[in-house]
Order: sequence, then C-alpha cells, then structure tokens
Amino acid sequence: MKKDVFSIVGQSLPKIDAWAKVVGETKFADDLLMSRMAHGKLLRSPHPHALIKRIDTTRARALPGVYAVITGQDLPRVKFGILPVSQDEEALCTDKVRMVGDPIAAVAAVDEETAERGTRLIDVEYEPLRPLMSIEESLGHPEVRIHEYGDRPNVHKAVALQFGDVEAAFAHAHLVREDVFFFEGNTHLPMEQHSAVAQWGPDGKLTLWSSTQTPHYVHRLLSKILDMPQAHIRVVAAPVGGGFGGKLDPFAHEIAACKLSQVCGRPVKITLNREEVFYTHRGRHPVLMWIKTGFTRDGAITGMHFRSWLDGGAYGSYGVASTFYTGALQTVTYKIPVYKFEGARVFTNKPPCGPKRGHGTPQPRFAMECQIDKAAEQLGLDPADMRRRNLAEPFVKTANHLTVTTIGLGECIDRVVEASGWREKRESLPPGKGIGIACSSYLTGAGTAIYWNDMPHSGVVVRADRSGLVAVLCGATDIGQGSDSILAYLVAEVLGIDPKDIRVHPADTDLTPVDLGSYSSRVTLMAGNAAIQAAERLRARLFEAVARKLETTPDRLSAAERRVFVADDPERGVDFAQAVVLAESVFGVLAFPGSYAPPKRAGKYKGGGVGPSPCYSYSACVVEVSVDRETGEVTPTEVWIAHDVGRALNPLLVEGQVEGSIYMGLGEVLMEEQIFRKGVHKIPSLLDYKSPTTLETPEIHTILVEGADPEGPFGAKEAGQGPLLPVIPAVANAVYDAVGVRIDETPITAEKVVKAMEGKRQGKPGRLGPERLPVFTFPEPKVVESAFGLPAEDVSVRPFAS
Amino acid sequence: MMRLPPFRYLAPVSVTDAVKLMADHGPEAMLVAGGTDLYPNMKRGQFEPSVLVGLRGVRDLAGVRTSASGGLAIGAGTTLTAVSRHAQVRGRYDALATAAGVVSTPQLRNMGTLGGNVCVDTRCNYYNQSYQWRKAVNFCMKKDGEICLVAPGSSRCWAVSSSDTAPVLWSLGASVRLAGPGGERTIPISALYRDDGIQYLAKQPGDIVTEIVLPPADGLRSVYLKLRRRGSFDFPVLGVAAAVRMDGETVRAARIVLGAVASLPREAGAASALLVGQRLTPELIERAAEAAYRPAKPLDNTDFGHPYRKKMTRVFVARALRRLAGLPEVAEA
Repeated sequence: MKKDVFSIVGQSLPKIDAWAKVVGETKFADDLLMSRMAHGKLLRSPHPHALIKRIDTTRARALPGVYAVITGQDLPRVKFGILPVSQDEEALCTDKVRMVGDPIAAVAAVDEETAERGTRLIDVEYEPLRPLMSIEESLGHPEVRIHEYGDRPNVHKAVALQFGDVEAAFAHAHLVREDVFFFEGNTHLPMEQHSAVAQWGPDGKLTLWSSTQTPHYVHRLLSKILDMPQAHIRVVAAPVGGGFGGKLDPFAHEIAACKLSQVCGRPVKITLNREEVFYTHRGRHPVLMWIKTGFTRDGAITGMHFRSWLDGGAYGSYGVASTFYTGALQTVTYKIPVYKFEGARVFTNKPPCGPKRGHGTPQPRFAMECQIDKAAEQLGLDPADMRRRNLAEPFVKTANHLTVTTIGLGECIDRVVEASGWREKRESLPPGKGIGIACSSYLTGAGTAIYWNDMPHSGVVVRADRSGLVAVLCGATDIGQGSDSILAYLVAEVLGIDPKDIRVHPADTDLTPVDLGSYSSRVTLMAGNAAIQAAERLRARLFEAVARKLETTPDRLSAAERRVFVADDPERGVDFAQAVVLAESVFGVLAFPGSYAPPKRAGKYKGGGVGPSPCYSYSACVVEVSVDRETGEVTPTEVWIAHDVGRALNPLLVEGQVEGSIYMGLGEVLMEEQIFRKGVHKIPSLLDYKSPTTLETPEIHTILVEGADPEGPFGAKEAGQGPLLPVIPAVANAVYDAVGVRIDETPITAEKVVKAMEGKRQGKPGRLGPERLPVFTFPEPKVVESAFGLPAEDVSVRPFAS
Repeated sequence: MMRLPPFRYLAPVSVTDAVKLMADHGPEAMLVAGGTDLYPNMKRGQFEPSVLVGLRGVRDLAGVRTSASGGLAIGAGTTLTAVSRHAQVRGRYDALATAAGVVSTPQLRNMGTLGGNVCVDTRCNYYNQSYQWRKAVNFCMKKDGEICLVAPGSSRCWAVSSSDTAPVLWSLGASVRLAGPGGERTIPISALYRDDGIQYLAKQPGDIVTEIVLPPADGLRSVYLKLRRRGSFDFPVLGVAAAVRMDGETVRAARIVLGAVASLPREAGAASALLVGQRLTPELIERAAEAAYRPAKPLDNTDFGHPYRKKMTRVFVARALRRLAGLPEVAEA
C-alpha cells in the first residue's frame, strides 16, 4: 500500500504495553502461577569436559517434597539443534558433558529450595577429559574430540567463498593492508532470566509458556525432542523481558519442564538463575580475524579478503549461520568489487555461542572499520570523506550476490559529521580527547527461514466484530522492542482507528498464525507487511458494505478518525463500529489473513542463504572519548548516530532501539567479556560481569534518516540491531585519535590502553592486539562470479502478495 | 532464582541483648545490620548461620554525635547514605563522606551501615561465587575447601579487604568501640584487622562494633580515591585514603592507607613519613607515590589485572596527594 499522509505512522506514541510494564502488571513467564504447580531445577556439570559414567538419582527421589527426577534416559534418545545441520544437543546429557553448566538431570519438587536440594543429592560419576578452552587448544588437540561430527576434528564448520579475483585486485591497488583483530565474546544480559512453565494435560497434550523469541521453532523442535506430534503441543510466548538473541534456541529448562510435568502430573516451572543464564548463553562469538584490503590512492576499495576463526563453544546452535555472517555483510556498506571470505568455527568446552544483536557482524565490522581508519591515515584522507566516497550503490547487487535497495548512508555520514562538529574537532581536540567515526549496515529480516519451506515467514489475522473491537493475532513475540505496538499502529493506520481500539494477541501456536520469531530484525517488516495486508482486506469489506449503505462506490471512501466516509464529502459517513456492523451483516464473520514471505533472492551458492534480506538499514556513528593518559580509562563523552530506518513508524520507539544499541555497543567495546578460568566462567554474575549502567552511558544524539524503502511496511527498515554495529569501531578509532594507540581487540580496557601507551613510549608500534593466527588451511574456495553492480531484481515482488 | 537458606532471625533492641544472644548461640550465629553483603553471600552458601542477630532494631546504634574529645562518634548502625550526607562528616572528614558515598549503589547505601562496611567480608573472585561454581573448582580454603586458589602454594587465604570506609577511617586515626561478653572497649581501627583473608577481623565473633570514633578534625585534609571498572556500583579494587594535617605550607602529620591491595587495609608508612615536615611539592608527591606503591602486592583475584592495580596505586596515591596539595590532579604529560 502506497501512502503519503499518515495519521498514526510517524507519531511518537507510547508502546501499547508501556503502562503495564511500568506499573509491574506485565506477566512474564516467571510470574505465572498455577494451582498444584511444581518447581524444577537442573543439575549441571561441574566439569568442562567429562564422560558420564554413572548417574544415581536414588537419594534425590527419596527427599521429601521431591515429585520427580529425570535424566536423559527418560527422554527420547534424539539429538537436536536449532539448525538442521547441527543436531548435537541433548536436553540432559547422557554420556558426556562438554562444558561447566551442561545439564544432566532435573528435579521437580514442592518448591525451588527443595528442588535445588534434590539436585545436590544426585550422584554422578565422571571421567574427566582434557578441556579445550580456546581455538588454539582445540585445533592443537585433534586427538581430543568435543564432538564426533564436524568438518575436521573440533572444527564445526570451515567455509570458503570467492567472488571474483581478489589477487588481481590487490595487484592493482595503491595500498594493500593486512590487519589482525580479535573480538572478545560477550553475552546478552537480558534483565529477565529465562523461565518456562509446562503443563502436560490429562488429554495428553502439552502446553509450554516460555520466555522465548521463537515460539515457532521451539514448537517444531519440541515435537522432535519429545517424540510427539506438533499438533499436540502448544507453545505460548510470554512477554519477554529482553532477548537480544539469547532466547532463540530450544533450551534444556523448557524441555525438562515438559517432561517433568508429564512425570509428576503437575504444571512445572523452571526459572534460571543469573549464573545459569551465563551458561545457557548463545551470545557473541569470540572471533579472531585477518583482513586484507586493497585501496586506490583516493581510498576506493579494490578488493577484500576476510578470514575469521570463531570460538563456538560446546555446541552448534546457530553457529554455522554465525560463521557465514562474519563474512556476509562487509559488501553491503561500501563498494567492494571482488571479495573472498574464509571462515571456521571451532568447538571449545565453553557455553555455546550463537546470535546476539547484530549476529556475527559486529566482529567483522570492528575489523573493517578500524582498518579503513588506518588506511585513511596512510592515504592522508579524512576518514569520513573516505567512507563517503566508497558508498555502495542503491538497487544493485553486491559481489556476494546480495540485493541492496535503498541506501541512506551518505546522508547518515553527512548528518553525524555536521552534528558532531567532526571537522573542527579533528583539528582542535586536546591530547587525551579524541573523535572517531564508523559506519555499518544490517539486515531487515533474514531472507530465508532456518528450515527450507515455501510457506509464509509471517502470518497475521485481523478480526473485527460488531463491538467495534479489532483484534490482531500474530505469532510474533514482543521482546521489548515494541513489535506488538507496531502491529497495532499499522492496523490502526489502515483502518483509520486509534491504536487503543486494537488488541494484539501475540505468539500462541494454537491461536495465532505462524511467525518465525523475533530475530534478524524481521518482525516490523515481515509481520508488519502481513498486518497491513490483513487490515487492507478487512478495510475492503468495510468499504464495500459502507458503500452500499451510502449508495456510493468503495473507491470513493476513506477511513480516518474512527469513521468511514466519502473522501470528498466527509460529512457522509458512518462510525467505524457501524461500518463493522454493516460489513458483518453482509459478509458474516470478519477475519482476514495476511501473509508475508520475503523475495527469494538467495545467491545460487552454498551459504548464499545467509545475508539476503528484503532491505538493509544503514548507520553512521561518531563517538567522542576522553582517555585518562595515566589510568588508561576510556570515557565516551558524547555519541552522535544517524540511522537510515527507511521510515520511522514511531520515532520514539526507533530512538529507543537506537539508544539501546549504543548502550549495548559501548558495553561490548569497553567492558564486557565472557571469559573463563580453570574451565569455568570467571564472572557469571551481574556484579562481576561488567556491563555499563545508565550512569556510564553518555549523551546520545540520535538522528533518524528517512527515505521509504519499497520493501518495508510504509517504507520502514530495521532499527533494533544495526545501530549497535558502528559504535564499537567508532570508539576504537576515537581512542586512537585521543592517545595514538590502536587497540585491535575488544574490550578496550584501561589496562590495555596503558600497556599500549607504555609500549609506544618504549618505541614499539603503539598497538595492542592479537599477534598470531592459528595454523589452519581453509578448504578450497567455492568460486562464484562477482555480482557487483548488477541491477537489483525482484524489488517489491513478494510471494502471497495477492 | 537463588534462594536464601532457612535461618532464625532474632531482633534484639539493645546492645546488651545482642551481645547476650551472640554469646548464647555461639558459632551458629552471625550479626547482620543492613544485610546487603551477608544475604547475597548466604544465597551463595558462603555463610551458613542458623541464627542471625539483627541489629536494625537497636536504636542506640544509629546516629552521629560529638565525642567527648571533640571529634565525632558515629553509631555503627548509621547508614552509609546518612554518613555520606552528614554535614559534620562532609565538612571535616571529607574522605569519609566520599568513601561512604561510593559504596555500591544508592539503594544499598540506604540499607548498608558504616559498621557493616567496616566489618565487610573480604572478597576474592574464587570465593564470591555460588556453591555450584565453587564446587566446579573444588572450593577454596575460605569456604568448603583446602587450598587457596589464587596462591595454591600458600598456607593462608588471600581474599581482599574490600571496604571503602576502612582505609579512610584508618587514615583519619579512628577508633572502634566494641561491645562483647567482657564489656566494652575501644581500640584503634588499625587493630581491628588481621592480615588473613579468613580471620580478617581481630575481634571475637560475638563482639559487636557499636561506634566509630573520629578524633577532632583539627585542620585535617583528607581524600579518598577508588579504582573500579564502573563508577556506578563496583567494589574497590584499589582504594587510596590520604589524610594530612598542615602547618601552613608544611605537612605536620600524614597518613596514607591503601584499600583492596591486601587482606586488610595497608598503611603506606614509608610514604607517609616522607611527607612529614615537608612541603607538598610535585617532586615530593612523586617520591611518596613511588614509596607507597612498592609494598602494594595485589594478587589476581579481583577485577582488573593485578599488575595494573599495582601500577595504579602509584597513580592514585600521587593524585590523592596532589588533590590535598591543591595541585591539578593530573600531572601534565
């Protein structure tokens, strides 16, 4: 639907659930209470790597108040994983544990304390194996295998793709740089700890309420894991208190709650404690990176070769996708005519990594944007100008066959350069103060599902009845990003009513059409387009019925301010509720579906399914820092970010997403580390895992750049992930500007700054970062023609559009 | 979530009753005031008291009064917020107001007490962990285990004194009034601590810290600087408390005490001695900072690496003294 004048869209409205959240009325999964409900607890491995020789639950079963104890033997012996290619997990380990925190058994009891005591009475005999705690250790000990599968011993996946002749591109370059970077792992840190309540009904059917971002995938996998028909399982996503990618897999506590409920005949709740959330993880991969780029004299990129080694942790999770993502989006921001990518994901005995806000792309973005800064200095170019000159072209394909639509990055750069006083500050900031810039782009929804199918990615049903109520049913999950609100705004916009007149019913697999989940920044675009389609179908019926009543034609009608009226004679019309009565009288029940699937644009090569998206958001960020030259402490003092969001459906929500991204990015670049010692997570608590608070967050100036994208609902693109990406390299570049040292690894801590400055004073290069790369031969690359510059196809072509 | 284990909570209304209850219940009992440190530690199984003697109902313990000698006597039950905002503390013992105001978060300062912070448990990142976590590393000698995981060859525990107010009170020459089964006594705060991560207090478990007594300010200038990752709520991984009394431009008395570099606050005596009788010139400050940082031997059991914490001792001592001297805090590079 093309529309230029809006009544709801573009307004800064509060979220529809804001009041409930503020006053504490929102019922999160852990708030659910049921009569006779039991509480469950998982027993977790104290060993990073060990064989399980024996599990004896006798003493636990004998503890008064314990209702049920289960081990992996009580579950179907089937391995699972979120990706079809990595079926390597067991809810409760049966013969081997691969990390401290791996679940082994579960207890349901009258209360949480008793369940916990029960777990301590389970006797487990282990045979410890050598733990492999780093990429180097895992590659260096192929004789010790964490898993029996993988491309090589302890190598989960090794990939190589080549788009055009990069060696020729380097030969033609004026400057060729090779740089090495390391991005430390970090975790999502949602305020809400994972929680699930399962109820195995007397009819043999199962209901699971869970704090999950992907009720649909949990639904699918539970069927496999529990060996029961999907039709007998209902998954309801409770409101999620923060996801960031950490609630995207099916988890042991969900599965154990289901089985325990079956065994003890009661509803069972399992809520993780904070330490367990650190073990559940699936967060940012630690990634070691090598990047080689050719530049012309005036800063144009001639070609790029990128290598990444991912420390995957103990299981596959989304890791294959993460691996491809470390190589997928480099080409979307700047012109890169030829491109080669090699990536490998290595198993280690640590909690599994997976998707976190920006999935697989903040790491290469850090490497690439820091390298561009170094190249700009060598070439004598202003880093902002160099980026501006290299902008990718809209509506073309990239070297790796991604189709790009609108690009607002040029305006983003101009706006942050202007707002921050970039040019003056580059000249005039005193020593110890610095300014840095970086850019990025991100998906607006993954173009492919995690399992192959031709069905919609998002479905919405809009229902109206004689009460005047409009209900929106959608399988999407609001994880705090405001997706329920967005659906209400879009439907209200189409129907000419107030968002308050709409109830949104999200994420219940019995009641709502399938939506793939809240990940890859897909919900606003995909569920949003589906909601518009459904609402338009309803509106068409309303207009038909009202047209009959008013003796006019539907095309002359308009809907606004809770009325349906003749556009050029607004006095002639009916109230919205009356319009519904008229339509219900003519057509019967008013319930209309909307479906959305993205255009099929995956590159025709293996791995081509990772990276395509209907459209990409763009961000440019300038950060000013103050660095204490004695203590090395880095304080970001001000952040300017411009984000190309296509259209801000609700500027307030977009700004909230942008600010949240900045805050999270600052934590990743300055503090956060998922690190291990003696095989154990070193700091699994909110006190010791250092993440910034509001007091550490500087002034943020958010600039929204709008230019409607043909793919988005009313032109909107994503806002929840992209703005995180440029913050990290912008800080690194600002630190260099402030004190002249390059910290080529995250986090950029005070200790590292001091060390690099000392080194520089002693005549060393003034760089701190990885010195070595693993000895590793990547597979022969799949060589594909570069699609660079070819015209975009299939823009605005959507399955299910009519 | 992590649950608090079951215990009996006893609520005496007088110090005498509290002393008696502690004596009656012996090693099964612990004292609790604000509970901001003890309760989370109990959830992690670091302490397993069956009885808690709560001091919140003992009204005599809260409040600030002028002491007999003309100094200040601060009740041990006075909240950290109250200490940090008290007009006479702020005016005369600046470093104490600062230290009390940078403990943890506002919410915890509203609950936590000065006495509690003075007696706060030593910390170590092998020890401040859940039971399950500690089990995974086979426990340490401070709780449930045999060895020190920071220094496995050592026969003692190296957990770190993590009080913000203790080094400051030491630098100010404070005394502590104790009430126990044998009656009341007052000791210098420096005598309250022992160089051991487990037995870090020199008092008997049944002794109750009732009051902290500060000598008259008498031209005192004091400062406290705290190193931590986040200004919003972290424990100190280095604290520098410095107090001087001046005769015009000349230092009459000086005391520098380091926090979070050992199992007790560590007085930098040599550095303090360098200052006495001298003018606080930048050169002297550099020498004193050098002297102060040499004996600091932090170990790898807190946030930040220990070489960095040692290095920062010098920077922070110099900064503290520069501030006392009225010099710009950061020397021009």
